[in-house]
Amino acid sequence: MALAVGCRARPGKARDNKTGSWRVFKPLFDHGKCSKCGTCQIICPESCITEDADGFFDPDCAYCKGCGMCATECPKDAIEMKQEEK
Amino acid sequence: MLEITEGSMAVAEAVRLCRPQVVSAYPITPQTHIVEALADMVANGKLDADYITVESEFSALSACLGASAAGSRTYSATTSQGLALMFEVCFNVAGMRLPIVMTIANRALGAPLSIWNDQQDSIALRDAGWLQFYAEDNQEATDLHYIAYKVAENPTVMLPAMVCFDGFILSHTYEPVDMLTQEDADKYLPKFAPAERLDAADPISFGMYATPEYYLEFRYESDKALKDAKSVIQAAGKEFGKLFGRDYSAMVEGYQLADAETVIVAMGSICGTVKDTIDEMRTEGKKVGLLKIRVFRPFPTGDVAKALKGAKRVAVLDKNISLGAKGAVALEVKDALYGSGIPVYDYILGLGGRDVRKKDIREIVSLAGEGTGDQFFGLRKEVL
Repeated sequence: MALAVGCRARPGKARDNKTGSWRVFKPLFDHGKCSKCGTCQIICPESCITEDADGFFDPDCAYCKGCGMCATECPKDAIEMKQEEK
Repeated sequence: MLEITEGSMAVAEAVRLCRPQVVSAYPITPQTHIVEALADMVANGKLDADYITVESEFSALSACLGASAAGSRTYSATTSQGLALMFEVCFNVAGMRLPIVMTIANRALGAPLSIWNDQQDSIALRDAGWLQFYAEDNQEATDLHYIAYKVAENPTVMLPAMVCFDGFILSHTYEPVDMLTQEDADKYLPKFAPAERLDAADPISFGMYATPEYYLEFRYESDKALKDAKSVIQAAGKEFGKLFGRDYSAMVEGYQLADAETVIVAMGSICGTVKDTIDEMRTEGKKVGLLKIRVFRPFPTGDVAKALKGAKRVAVLDKNISLGAKGAVALEVKDALYGSGIPVYDYILGLGGRDVRKKDIREIVSLAGEGTGDQFFGLRKEVL
């Protein structure tokens, strides 16, 4: 995406703002431990966790800021926060 | 038509002929006459513009920022502490790529308080991303306003511009000035029609935030736009010359350069004093020349190097100082001449309205001849 002159932006473009770039720690979801309770999806401040056809949950790493709230709240400790090398 | 007029009045008249739609400014000596005259013109129906009165310079430039983003040709003027108060807005205006034109009646910065001339105020904002023009006389000061708008509003440039002229020395001096007619000005300067503007029916935001993976690139783009403006400035100066007989296509101007051994580099009204001194010294067989810098941003590094390549030594007159380092012009000239082996001597002078006379220029030429420089010039040792 080319830069807009003067850093100008049209409204309704939150999706253009890929907050995933802010991330230091990346959540790794272990579906083997997951009980499919959906707490991670409810708690995610970025609303970037979605449920797949089998009822498991995964984050969209383009938007996940790595806050770690899902890992802290997960009742099954199925989410591990791992430092990312960029 | 030639008119004998005060510098501030000539600038105000040139600004009127540029048809700004919004003017916002705050009075400060020695700039006040310009904005007073414009306020009169608006009140008397001679200028069809909104004149926004504000409580500070910060608000004046902020009002211009909004008006320019909304698609208006916009004008302000200030100096010294007023420009200092605009510091934050100056960077925002440049980053948002808004072609506001602002006159700076150059004045010293406090403390200590001084209302008199030097060029510290606009030099302190040389990093803000504005085009910076420096005028030698009032004819040039008026002409540079048309050129400033023409360049700033060019779709490939879209950057704000400061037209700097020495406070009191030019702003309050009566000189003959050849003023354009409205018809001529309109021929040269088309209506401002930006591709994007604030419009409730088609919303847009200016100057959004940029995360670390974009900020560097935005700064690169701004720097590139400013550097690339060089060819636009040259073309605008040339067109002005073709239409009105005064060619401003050169970013730097040489005077008696061809065989000059000592070349003085300077900006602004001091160039007139230097030229008179050179005329005298030439009759005595002394090979002295002048390189006048008209455009300080973008800095014409290549032009300066080319113009100075035959010099034996260069003496830079700086009416400013980057405290703890050198004068801003000298730093640029040293950069331009790096590796050439030509010595560059810096002289900090004329600060806070200290008069610079022909005998001072002669002394500087002789100091440079002795290889003595990088110093304050004209210090009164008895008060130190």
